Amino acid sequence: MKRNLQEELTHIRIMMERSTRFLSLSGWAGIMAGIYASIGAYYARKLIYNSASIEIYFDIKDGSMSKGLLYLLAIATGVFLLSMATALYTCSRTAKKSGEKLFTPAALKMLYNMAIPFITGGVLSIILILKGLMGLVAPITLIFYGLSLVIASHYTYRNIKVLGILEVALGLLAACYQGYGLFFWTLGFGVLHILYGTLMYLKYKQ
Amino acid sequence: MKQYFKDLDKAFDNKIRLGIMSVLMVNEYVSFNELKQWMSLTDGNLASHLKYLEKVDYISINKSFLGRKPNTKYRATKLGKNAFKKHVNALEKILKGGKHNDVT
Repeated sequence: MKRNLQEELTHIRIMMERSTRFLSLSGWAGIMAGIYASIGAYYARKLIYNSASIEIYFDIKDGSMSKGLLYLLAIATGVFLLSMATALYTCSRTAKKSGEKLFTPAALKMLYNMAIPFITGGVLSIILILKGLMGLVAPITLIFYGLSLVIASHYTYRNIKVLGILEVALGLLAACYQGYGLFFWTLGFGVLHILYGTLMYLKYKQ
Repeated sequence: MKQYFKDLDKAFDNKIRLGIMSVLMVNEYVSFNELKQWMSLTDGNLASHLKYLEKVDYISINKSFLGRKPNTKYRATKLGKNAFKKHVNALEKILKGGKHNDVT
């Protein structure tokens, strides 16, 4: 009798978690996103410091996109798309392993709520670039990404909130130290992702 | 410890009904298909347990149409939520009591 009742309580907890949280998050998604971001940052750095770098910042002011800036945007877009594709792939593998679908109602709720700060940050970054305020892009992307992670933590593993807060803190620091945007960006999107992904992998084995 | 056994709710002595109620405690409302997916059940099996819970007024059903598809939403009623809380409380008290007995 006693064991039965214990099972009942466990069953209740499992059903509550399963119906409200997206638990197919894979540590590999974080690790790979971090690696892509680091590689992207390496090429961006090369581009900025090796070529006629100043152009990247000043061409835009008279309304023309410089080649260098377009390269930078292409790198950023590439890192973003690769990260998303990898996350989709690794998370669907995790979901399959535990016999669940990837897009559960909880997963959709998470994505929908994350999208609000995420898209706001993205659009704001584009506006800033078009206005020639490149220096604000690193802090803005870090801060808004961090905020979307804090929101996501309500719909998936709670500990992702820590990652979100660290990203926001890095973003604020990046705003204080103008000119070190790429450095903070690499820390936030590269190093932190790899660290969090590894911890996540070790903890949940997924 | 024994007095808590009478607080255990008959409606929840079935694992499926307990599962449905657990889900409805933490979600404002859920659809039939969501429930089916979480509990990996067949339509008929799930429907009969939902009917039971509706009969005792623990859940309410809201039928509407999304385009042409029927879209049925289930919510826990206040009565159902209180019954569930009482049931879980009793479970916990019994388990605590059981542990105590093991020691002595």
